[in-house]
Amino acid sequence: MAQVQDIEIRDSAGRVAKAVDDLPDIQGDRMVLNMGPSHPATHGVLRIVLELDGETITKADPDVGYLHRGDEKIAENMTYTQFIPYTDRLDYLSPLANNVAYALAVEKALGIHDKLPPRCQYIRVMCCELARISSHLLGLGAFAMDVGAVTVFLLVFTEREKIYNLAEAASGARLTTTYTRIGGLMRDIPPTWCDQVRQFIKEFTVALAEVEVLLTRNRIWVDRLRDLGHISKEMAIDYALSGPNLRGSGIEWDLRKKQPYLCYKDLEFDIPVGSVGDCYDRYLVRMEEMRQSMRILEQCVNKIPGGAANEIKEPVNIADGKVTLPSKEKVLSSMEELIHQFMIVTEGVNVPPGEVYFGHENPKGELGFYINSQGGGVPYRLKIRAPSFVNLSILGELMPGAMISDVPVILGSLDFVMGESDR
Amino acid sequence: MTALDQAQKLKARFGDLIAEPTEFRGEISLKIADAEKIFDVCSFAKTQLGFDYLVDISSVDNYGEDPRWTVVYHLRGLNHGAELRLKTDVSEEKSELPSILGVWRTSNWHEREIYDMMGIRFSGHPDLRRILMWEGYPYFPLRKDFPLAGKPTDLPGVAFTKPAPLEGGPFVTFPSSAGAISREPRARTPEE
Amino acid sequence: MQTQSEIGYNSKIEGDVVLTTVDAALNWFRANSVWPMPMGLACCAIELMAVGASRFDISRFGSEVMRFSPRQADCMIVAGTVTYKSAGFLKRIYDQMPEPKWVIAMGACASTGGMYRSYAVLQGVDNVVPVDVYVGGCPPRPEALLDALMKLQKKISTQPVLQNITALHLLDKKEEVAA
Repeated sequence: MAQVQDIEIRDSAGRVAKAVDDLPDIQGDRMVLNMGPSHPATHGVLRIVLELDGETITKADPDVGYLHRGDEKIAENMTYTQFIPYTDRLDYLSPLANNVAYALAVEKALGIHDKLPPRCQYIRVMCCELARISSHLLGLGAFAMDVGAVTVFLLVFTEREKIYNLAEAASGARLTTTYTRIGGLMRDIPPTWCDQVRQFIKEFTVALAEVEVLLTRNRIWVDRLRDLGHISKEMAIDYALSGPNLRGSGIEWDLRKKQPYLCYKDLEFDIPVGSVGDCYDRYLVRMEEMRQSMRILEQCVNKIPGGAANEIKEPVNIADGKVTLPSKEKVLSSMEELIHQFMIVTEGVNVPPGEVYFGHENPKGELGFYINSQGGGVPYRLKIRAPSFVNLSILGELMPGAMISDVPVILGSLDFVMGESDR
Repeated sequence: MTALDQAQKLKARFGDLIAEPTEFRGEISLKIADAEKIFDVCSFAKTQLGFDYLVDISSVDNYGEDPRWTVVYHLRGLNHGAELRLKTDVSEEKSELPSILGVWRTSNWHEREIYDMMGIRFSGHPDLRRILMWEGYPYFPLRKDFPLAGKPTDLPGVAFTKPAPLEGGPFVTFPSSAGAISREPRARTPEE
Repeated sequence: MQTQSEIGYNSKIEGDVVLTTVDAALNWFRANSVWPMPMGLACCAIELMAVGASRFDISRFGSEVMRFSPRQADCMIVAGTVTYKSAGFLKRIYDQMPEPKWVIAMGACASTGGMYRSYAVLQGVDNVVPVDVYVGGCPPRPEALLDALMKLQKKISTQPVLQNITALHLLDKKEEVAA
């Protein structure tokens, strides 16, 4: 039982008075409003210091770091496999996608990311697309709730519970799955999983149509979102936006098509691209991406090597003793496998010295891992290129000119997550 | 126009400033000898070679080596799809290099984060303050000589910190290709 | 000090009248309408939202109104990792809540710092606010949070109410007389 420690809170009225003295360019009629870290519409702990002239925002300064947990320093003290649970908690709305991204980055450093067994690739793609649907759904639900359409939030959670059921059947956990391993997956999917995915697709089509009816042609929704938060093409590229934010501004850049990884080359899907770059476009891009994800899921379920139940026992992990843990029977009977098991568990997978960067198309944008390795099982430096961190930097330029009630709309349309932004 | 061609063009323009491109796992890296010229190299890459997208800026602490800091820039061109990595070294006494905010506006927050975590300053940055830790935090956490558990600080009204209970430190193997005895997982000092 | 928590009711004798102690009645009201203030910081906040959604309905416990304003809330559910940077405003919000107030530390990160033993994470929110119920899990299943809420309800229903109020009242009176 820890001791309760006192935090001195200085006199807030005095602090405000002092702040007014310190800020030279505050006119008499401007107000500084602190949209504090604990706010229902900020999607996590984000603090924005707004300077208002009446209801119009003249300056916005986002303050991040309230969820900085030191992931990159922790990564320098963990083996590659031990770090996988930390990647779940980055973008906690789509943990399966983060797992896949990190595993692919380490596999690229090992040089095996294009030699994965095909069944593993299909399962990873299905996990990524389920994570994409899950993340877009929650982003949409929270966005709609902040704007005022509360029903959508509850509809969204019903569908997300179905995705949680699928994740739990595959990996054992609802939210923080830790499903992938270096060189493959934790375990194969259960035999009824593909049928559950088919059932989910059927039900989700109906639910998505319902959300569409509630929002897309809704007069209030369109009026609040149209012509707001306009991001031009040059601004989007200059600020290095990624994901639906970039595609909403009209730039056709999707890592699944431009730098294909896993088995996306064999799958047919389209990339929705917006035209104007306002909040409404980004909303439409996300809705359409969910439909394309369903299309990918259907193809995967039909084409998965080994079929749904994997009677022919297609492997799910790469057959390299130095990367994948050997099976328990071999470990307990044969010397070579015993040594491999020991080395992989205590020292980690041996990554050759060098540096790689791997960018993965996460639902929020491009999640990139820069691994600087000097050999051994622990990275020398692991940098996480978080899409939400980069997307948030545009707020300082996007908000001035908008009104204070447009702030939840802009924040919701950018769809960021603080766990990823602060790492 | 592959990345190697772009790298050769860059080397042709700047000559000795840029070393030979190295390749690892299909990625091209270029080492820039003088950190002060990074702005010119980056603006050439953006305007002439079409690298209009700055993916990431990272920093590496080469503890025990001189120069201590390496700053890594990842460039990408959306039209030709090529990716390039530029690296420069900065020594510890100087700990400063020019900001490339004028080339890509996204570097604003990346540079603030590098200042916050490593302590490398960027000259010409209009607003270089801490972004992930709070203002007034006295240390730079990502340096190799800063312990994972943290050091106690005390800023009344803002925050306090206590070292985390790590029971003797993270028992971790050594990131190198040296022999198995030196790589045995145990608590380590910042010897590397 | 335990109070009578049962409500004595025999319909044949009393009819539609319920006889109980005032304490028990007040505690029954308090326990069944705990309005949470969700301090949703990280991943546990998503499970908190799932508890509020329709599958694991929290409104059947009376806690459906998630009041984001501390002035209107009873219980602060700290869901997620508390960093040193967040500890200041967390304490401030806790201080703004009116009595009686309770705290549920949801998840491993809020209880003890979780798996983040690093320089930036507060090792347990009980370093800054007094916690009533700790929920383990990373993130805890929504059923676990509901179990924690039920335990909190049990704790609330055994808290003495009137004795505290009268004691304070007497204390004030004593100071008035002395002054």
